[in-house]
Amino acid sequence: MRSMYRTLDRAVLRDIALVCLADTIVGLSYGAIAVGSGLDPWLPIAMSLLVLAGASQFLFVGMVAAGASPLAAAAAGLLVNARHLPFGLAVGEVVGPGWRRVVGSHLMNDETVAFALGQRGRDAQRAAYWVCGIAILVAWNAGVLVGALAGSAIGDTDALGLDAAFPAVLLALVLPSLRDRGTRRAALAGAAIALAATPVAPAGVPVLLALAGLLLARLHRASRC
Amino acid sequence: MLTIAVAVLAAGTFALRFAGPALRSRVELPAGVEALLATAAIVLLTALVATAALTRDDGFAGTARPAGVLVGGVLAWRRAPFVVVVLAAAATAAGLRLLGAP
Repeated sequence: MRSMYRTLDRAVLRDIALVCLADTIVGLSYGAIAVGSGLDPWLPIAMSLLVLAGASQFLFVGMVAAGASPLAAAAAGLLVNARHLPFGLAVGEVVGPGWRRVVGSHLMNDETVAFALGQRGRDAQRAAYWVCGIAILVAWNAGVLVGALAGSAIGDTDALGLDAAFPAVLLALVLPSLRDRGTRRAALAGAAIALAATPVAPAGVPVLLALAGLLLARLHRASRC
Repeated sequence: MLTIAVAVLAAGTFALRFAGPALRSRVELPAGVEALLATAAIVLLTALVATAALTRDDGFAGTARPAGVLVGGVLAWRRAPFVVVVLAAAATAAGLRLLGAP
């Protein structure tokens, strides 16, 4: 762990710390919202440890609070988390073998994947993946723990602009990859597909449909050759 | 029921996360396919940016959030430091909301 820590640039460590700070604040809010909607504090705390995927946790709590069946909420959460399958195919080698694959898989999330893919070379990628993954695990769970126990002390994180900060985090991390023309074409086509599908498809599905952008970019290239 | 649902979500999410690395360890992939998988992850992350920046539930996200992400995006494009990008995005959205923007 210490050697991984040293492999990373100071700047990358600082960037990861900033993302963790934002995650802690959102975690505080998640814990408070879950308890405020009538759930026992153990539920958001256990979910944050075992599920460790913010968007699906918010969706689950929101649906249960609105009176949906918990199993329907779990199914909806799984749909939102389905993107981890293609993420895992992309970073499988970075995660590592044996017990590392078990623990490392659990640490997989959008920011961790984005930080890892943003590094050059396998060592730096692996270091970024593990440092970011563990840091987010700690930051998210600490926030949720305090939020769930402190109750409704935390207000609206939108007032802090955090809902704009998270897309900006991912955008800053993918932008270097988007300087490649083929990647950019596929990504923009995918984003357009996802946006078009958002009003009609259930949460999580639009992002998966974006993968069709890969196909469109390939067809486009093939038709020009 | 709630406990079972949380267990289903946790186990299912772990299976989704574990499947990729487990499959990758079993087959040796040609370099072209490996590059395609990395591009697929970038496509997914870009789609997340687009939907998270522009939509809320099934509708449009208003003006404050897209404006914040746009400011962050322009700064990132101009190669501003990451911290500046993220804080500017948050400050823009928060500031616009203070002024009453949706």
